[in-house]
Amino acid sequence: MDAASSEGSEALDPDQAARQRWMSVLAKARLAELESAWDEMPEKPDFAWLRAPQSGMVMLRARSGGTGSQFNLGQMTVTRCALRLENGNAGLGYVQGRSKRHAELAAIFDALLQDEAKTVELEAKVIAPLLARQKGRREEASRKANATKVNFFTLVRGEND
Amino acid sequence: MYVAVKGGEEAILNAHKLIAEERRGDTVLPELSLDQIKEQMQLAVDRVMTEGSLYDRDLAALAIKQAQGDLVEAIFLLRAYRTTLARFGETQPIDTAKMAVRRRISAAYKDLPGGQVLGPSYDYTHRLLDFALAAEEGVGAPQATVAKEAVDEDMPRVTDILNHEGLIEEEIACDDDGPVADLTRDPMEFPADRDMRLQNLARGDEGFLLALGYSTQRGYGRNHPFAGEIRLGEVAVEFVPEELGFAIEIGEVTVTECQMINQFAGSAERPPQFTRGYGLAFGHCERKTMAMALVDRALRARELDESIEYPAQDEEFVLYHSDNVEASGFVQHLKLPHYVDFQSELQLIRSLRRRHDEDHLEAAE
Repeated sequence: MDAASSEGSEALDPDQAARQRWMSVLAKARLAELESAWDEMPEKPDFAWLRAPQSGMVMLRARSGGTGSQFNLGQMTVTRCALRLENGNAGLGYVQGRSKRHAELAAIFDALLQDEAKTVELEAKVIAPLLARQKGRREEASRKANATKVNFFTLVRGEND
Repeated sequence: MYVAVKGGEEAILNAHKLIAEERRGDTVLPELSLDQIKEQMQLAVDRVMTEGSLYDRDLAALAIKQAQGDLVEAIFLLRAYRTTLARFGETQPIDTAKMAVRRRISAAYKDLPGGQVLGPSYDYTHRLLDFALAAEEGVGAPQATVAKEAVDEDMPRVTDILNHEGLIEEEIACDDDGPVADLTRDPMEFPADRDMRLQNLARGDEGFLLALGYSTQRGYGRNHPFAGEIRLGEVAVEFVPEELGFAIEIGEVTVTECQMINQFAGSAERPPQFTRGYGLAFGHCERKTMAMALVDRALRARELDESIEYPAQDEEFVLYHSDNVEASGFVQHLKLPHYVDFQSELQLIRSLRRRHDEDHLEAAE
């Protein structure tokens, strides 16, 4: 689950696929991690809001039996915003929860990453470490779970008679 | 009938101040923080998010603190808050086959691809009070065992394995672009389709569903269930922002899923097959999802041509009474002043008694 894998994602062009990937990483990052990535940015560009941060919710869909028809499971809080940098690039933030700052930082990095002169550097300095941390947390939880893997033996009834 | 009353402002205000003092408890003790609730009362948070039908751990923790740990009251608070939020749309359906699994068990298959992973579970504990948790110095920092490897990447759903043999009914996505029932926008309608029923059950009261699920096991409904699979873990949430036109992951949620496998239904057209009941909830809510799966299966009586004889099979009975916000509201409104209503009842009973006395006097004479 490193990147979104929904229906139709095959049809994305390489730029869209790259953007899909980094937006997902930024959304799933912890706020403290984004703040420190931001602190380490040598230049902090000015921007104007296209849409100031707004908290709301989305309805989560699921499928009956996991694979069947859709139903509405329940809602989740989400915060979104859109902004434009001085170079004209527009960034978008859609992140789980109610942190306006998280949405703002996600949108700024999204806009910065679209600058082709900076993409490679920012991918290496910001996105790769964020993704590595997310994978690390996932891996650790999975290894703890794996320590509880069990092999039950079925006893034949009457075996001990 | 409830007739509005006026006055009492000062008494009500003082009652609120009193409850605030009681909620705080002994001020010699440190105040409970939301982070403490979030981290150390996780299962309470999970229940409030599930039945409050809003995934937000911070808000659920706040609701639990405000409600002094009364989870049904906390669920009410979360539902009420939800109405203040704008809705941005619907997500792509979550894919539980791609879950980052932390627990996965099957009571039907012993050896299954990916294996049985107990995960964080109270199963197989002795249910003895652990006084180490009561010790003044606390429990310190308990360490879980960390295996060398992660769990298998490939964790097929047990129901998908059975599907290969055609032994179990398939769950096929029908009309994927069609409308999906939504109880947050439309009232319940009967007969209720499965999308409406599952949404209702997903946010339904755990206690109510547990009792109904139990009733099906005891003979009030015939399910003969096996826990085909229970899995717990994190799934990505994908959403298509209107500005983008393609899906991005906007976060991830923890969910518990239960696939109940039940006895056969067959007909002239098809051979006997296992039938299915489905449970899904936010967080780690295993008892809830198991009960939900039992009740989901019982409510499928109509579509499986079974006779409807028991409460758990009666969709109007189940769906109209499963919501603890509505149930609690209607039961508790009896506490509000019903003075006018009761006055008229008093008059009625006095006149009935007068007539009764007169009739008996006449009879005696």
